[in-house]
Amino acid sequence: MRFRCIQFFSAVLTLFVAQAAFAAAPIKIGALFAVTGPAAFLGEPERNSAKMVIDEINKAGGVKGRKLELVAYDTAGDATKAVQLATKLIKDDKVVAIIGPSTTGESMAVIPVAEKEQIPLISCAAGSKITDPVKKWVFKTAQNDALAVGKIFDYLQRHKQTSVAILTVSDGFGSSGREQLKAQAAKFGITILSDDTYGPKDTDMTSQLTKIRGSKAQAIICWGTNPGPALIAKNARQLGLKIPLYMSHGVSSKKFIELAGEAAEGIRLPSGKVLVADVLPNSDSQKKSLMAFVKDYQNHYKAEGDHFGGHAWDAVMLLKGAIEHGADSPAAIRDQLEKTSSFAGIGGTFNYSSQEHAGLGKDAFVLVEIKNKDWVIVK
Amino acid sequence: MLKFLAFAGMILLAPLYFKGGYLMNVLVFVGIHTMLAIGLNLLLGYAGQISLGHAGFFGLGAYLSGVLTATYGWNPWLAMPLAALMVGALAFAIGFPILKLKGHYLAMATLGMGIIIYIVFNETVELTGGPSGLSGIPNLAVGSLTFDSDVKNYYLIWSFTLVTILLTLNLANSRVGRALRAVHDSEVAARVMGVNARLLKVQIFALSALISSIAGSLYAHTMTFVSPASFGFNFSVELLTMVVIGGLGSIYGSFLGAALLTLLPEFLRAAQDYDIIIYGGLLMLMVMFMPGGLVRGVPDLFRKLLKKGGANHA
Repeated sequence: MRFRCIQFFSAVLTLFVAQAAFAAAPIKIGALFAVTGPAAFLGEPERNSAKMVIDEINKAGGVKGRKLELVAYDTAGDATKAVQLATKLIKDDKVVAIIGPSTTGESMAVIPVAEKEQIPLISCAAGSKITDPVKKWVFKTAQNDALAVGKIFDYLQRHKQTSVAILTVSDGFGSSGREQLKAQAAKFGITILSDDTYGPKDTDMTSQLTKIRGSKAQAIICWGTNPGPALIAKNARQLGLKIPLYMSHGVSSKKFIELAGEAAEGIRLPSGKVLVADVLPNSDSQKKSLMAFVKDYQNHYKAEGDHFGGHAWDAVMLLKGAIEHGADSPAAIRDQLEKTSSFAGIGGTFNYSSQEHAGLGKDAFVLVEIKNKDWVIVK
Repeated sequence: MLKFLAFAGMILLAPLYFKGGYLMNVLVFVGIHTMLAIGLNLLLGYAGQISLGHAGFFGLGAYLSGVLTATYGWNPWLAMPLAALMVGALAFAIGFPILKLKGHYLAMATLGMGIIIYIVFNETVELTGGPSGLSGIPNLAVGSLTFDSDVKNYYLIWSFTLVTILLTLNLANSRVGRALRAVHDSEVAARVMGVNARLLKVQIFALSALISSIAGSLYAHTMTFVSPASFGFNFSVELLTMVVIGGLGSIYGSFLGAALLTLLPEFLRAAQDYDIIIYGGLLMLMVMFMPGGLVRGVPDLFRKLLKKGGANHA
């Protein structure tokens, strides 16, 4: 009888403890995305993906019995707002980590706050200087521009198109790309014959292209985000330019093909693997993550997931991994993040270490060509 | 004077109430925005000259301070007055041709000036870091005291703001202030009365730019980072809204306008995606029903309510 009693009580106790663990306070994760404003094409899919993946995680019972809670704010692409909201996330919402911001400028602005308050920050922006030099509390999931430039140059070098013209947009994305294009050209034996820029709101780039037509360039590399590059593609067609056109990963979404229409045919660009997820070989380590992301995004939002959303997906999954290893304080999460190795996400395979907080290698990109309004991998 | 002392007391004691939460950080920006609104109000409310390019002066102050300290290792306390003088001198120089214009033409010219400055920030990548910004700007420091937390910055910024308020209140109530108002009402009449209207307008334009530049320097040293997006056309319009909503020709009105426009988005954040609609709606209602700005509209509203209340009782 007495034994039974003890058994009963211990059973109740176990249940109670389990219940307590289950009802433990959710882990709060902060997010800063530019959902409105000029960078909305980044912020919106990022917020959607972060919401989606956290919903999925919670539906599956959370991480180690604890739910995740996303506190997301819209920065409208403004650095001042991003800093204010980062302070709000840390001081008022008491989050354990912050995902975002979406752009390099905002990320650079928020870094001093994260460093001072000692909260891990996983930026979704591409600028190399976010994690170079390495900052203790700052990680990033977007592929460095340097990798994208390397992918194009490598192809050009192998196909002996060594004199090129570059045409970059004068915003954060374009100036970072321009810097990398100029820095890496010598390494691949490539000469830049002409170096022009255009404004983010320009509606006609014929003058720059006419100048390029007059040079001996064998290829044009254009660095920008929609809608500029689509106009450039159309302008190039109108001028009858015959030399191949290369774009950046900034336009690797179906939207670009829609905007450029017929003029998009034959354009090559480096892209995250998410565009070509369905044609990747099964042996590719990222295939599982990619297919899950594409399917979930389709179910949630009836739209095609792109690699911008993937940056947020990766950030949440990296945090989930850290929390699974028992970390629930900012410091412990940071230490666990740094130990991440061969995590196959959307942007590529991540390997963080104390010297490397960007974590991606050359295999993060594939070079694709637009054929019949779809993407084809080029080797 | 009593009004100012009461106001200063309220400002200095506010941190005790808010205890270093996130709101402290917002109040730091209220201070910066108040300085900017006062600068613009001198020009718009007192002298009656519009400027749609004040974000440019604000940005110039921020970038000059930022580049001098972060890139060239200057002492911030030295960079700030130098930046202010340079921006003041620049405004003085462009003030002569620009302020000859009136009304829409002046609005267009200042708008163009603001956009040119914005483009310079974006395109001089080697100097300003271009669109992705300039980082590594040091905090201000006095001896071993570094202004690196919200509370410390609050006192730093607000001491500058309070001094600005005191000086501009004095200016507004002086001979110069009266001359400015005369220019505002009728430039011809003012000239007939012996006011050098043209020089006065340029001087007040330069002073206004100088105040904006100091606010910019303070902004750069509190944020430790600047990027062009913070100094675009939108911000010029926001400043103009602060001045108009607060009350043209009132220094305290500038504070009210700056406080409202900085704090309102924080409180509306609870409304999530609808915040922008509510924000715009509120601004419209205020302009419609309080054309004199908050500083005159709110007391009027109380008076009306009291009268109504009294009538009902009787």
